[in-house]
Amino acid sequence: MLVLEKNAITEEIEESIKLHGNNRSALIPILQDIQRKHSHISDFAQQEVARLLDIHPVEVYSVVSFYAFLNTKPKGRNIVRLCQTITCDLQGKAAIAKAIERELNCKFGETTQDKKFSLEFANCLGMCDQGPAMIVNDKVYSHLTPEKAVQILSNIK
Amino acid sequence: MTTNKQKREGAVIFSEYERGSAIKKALSMGRDDILFELRESKLKGRGGAGFPTSTKWMLVAAAKAEEKYLICNADEGEPGTFKDRVLLLEYPELVFDAMVVGGYTLGAKHGVVYLRGEYEYMKKSLEDYLEAMRKDNLLGNNILGKEGFNFDISIFLGSGAYVCGEETALIESMEGQRGEARNKPPYPVNTGFMGMPTAVNNVETLAAVSHIVVKSGAWFKQHGTDKSTGSKLLSISGDCKKPGVYELPWGTKISELLELVGAENTKAVQVGGASGICLSRSEFDRTLAYEDAATGGSIMIFNENRDMLKVLKNFMEFFVEESCGQCTPCRIGNVKLLEGIEMIERGEYTFSYIKKLKDLGNTMKVASKCGLGQSSPNSFISILDNFSDEIFNNVNGGSHA
Ligand SMILES: Cc1cc2nc3c(=O)[nH]c(=O)nc-3n(C[C@H](O)[C@H](O)[C@H](O)COP(=O)(O)O)c2cc1C
Ligand code: SF4
Ligand code: FES
Repeated sequence: MLVLEKNAITEEIEESIKLHGNNRSALIPILQDIQRKHSHISDFAQQEVARLLDIHPVEVYSVVSFYAFLNTKPKGRNIVRLCQTITCDLQGKAAIAKAIERELNCKFGETTQDKKFSLEFANCLGMCDQGPAMIVNDKVYSHLTPEKAVQILSNIK
Repeated sequence: MTTNKQKREGAVIFSEYERGSAIKKALSMGRDDILFELRESKLKGRGGAGFPTSTKWMLVAAAKAEEKYLICNADEGEPGTFKDRVLLLEYPELVFDAMVVGGYTLGAKHGVVYLRGEYEYMKKSLEDYLEAMRKDNLLGNNILGKEGFNFDISIFLGSGAYVCGEETALIESMEGQRGEARNKPPYPVNTGFMGMPTAVNNVETLAAVSHIVVKSGAWFKQHGTDKSTGSKLLSISGDCKKPGVYELPWGTKISELLELVGAENTKAVQVGGASGICLSRSEFDRTLAYEDAATGGSIMIFNENRDMLKVLKNFMEFFVEESCGQCTPCRIGNVKLLEGIEMIERGEYTFSYIKKLKDLGNTMKVASKCGLGQSSPNSFISILDNFSDEIFNNVNGGSHA
């Protein structure tokens, strides 16, 4: 990684700390900021967070590894989370997953070659009355059909 | 995008309410009077465990401490539950007004909404709402002119972990730790966020508090049954014509509910989400109540074409994924139960082994550290028991002979 880039991440973390504070309870909001911006929390970012909050890097790693929405490996620019829980499953989740996989030539659990999308299954999104449902980044979409789901993704830059 | 605003009807939660009115009323009452009304109402927690809300608040109110906290549990992760989404999006005044009332009653200066990561899309509108409350002096310093009463609310966003709905795991998460449940006791009312006395309340519990403060505990308990007062918001999904959020009095029969939501040829009703129990036709005259079929609000309906083993498998996959892995009965037990289901699918099981797995489930109920592992065997046991003909005996179109 370039030295310049490293400094940029450090600066971002310092910004986050200004916003959330530098005590331990600010850890998750800070990690969320990094995740949102970089689609993952790199080893370097973890070390910097640890240094700036004065905790051991292993502590940071242990928290990152616990939460489904925080990850250590780079993901696509857009994260698609399709609900796999029972009501959405009964309402046709599998057909939607297949249509998306065909269209993007990418399996769930993976990232497209152009790094545009990561496809993931998620547990109940609280939209069971309007399933099947998915969240793309921070927007929720309901009453999906295979065609509609593909359309939504093709509208994303 | 999200919900279609619709006119909702109901005698308690969805009854008339004017923004700020519970705060106004509360500030004109003594703290003890508010606690008295809550006790009168017999309100129990709507997050699943059903603990009396007045007791929880009294314990925190009586505690002597530098700081106290009130947390609104908006983690809503139980499969099939979405009523808190509707409350937060369409009735934020009920939830936030009650938090201010709580701040006053408990002597807390800080309120926190723990919002599940999946609901990040609401965060902006909730923050705008809080900002408007600050403008109207419903939050901030000397609220509504009450000298010395300072209270504010912030939002803490979760990061995709079902177990963080459990109150001690939630607190761990807010403290910047892995969401691993703590041993209880001590309870959060004594040793909560940052070691301080903390009340953790479900979104719907708080919504009920706003109405109780304005309309009295006696009014509240006119609804429902003797042991389960008031109403319940039910999140109805699955095989029915009219899924959605319904407000019904406690004591409503499952069969009445099915009729109301346009469910036909219903074979099974899962009450209380993946961690709840699955009822078959012969039990549809049971009632929704703490003393009968209890629920945090999730009702999932399955018609006669559904494969109940597949339903059960989906639930167990959920628990295997969501177990925090801290204690053995839950970490290993859920995997064993899921493997058992896969054995049934392949037709490679013995009845004696299935019996052993049910025993294991009963052991998990007593030996697991938190409610996740204590309740995950419920659906395993109730589905295998109530749908054994379909699953094991190839009756009613079952295919797992
Ligand atoms: C695994 C697990 C998940 C839970 N999830 C939630 C939840 O999403 N929302 C909630 O209010 N309570 C949840 N609870 C219950 C809380 O631990 C706690 O009892 C509740 O927030 C107390 O609020 P109440 O008394 O108002 O119900 C969960 C419990 C367990 C064991
Ligand atoms: S019961 Fe499960 S979720 Fe709860 S502490 Fe044990 S392993 Fe974690
Ligand atoms: S089951 Fe998919 S949103 Fe609840």
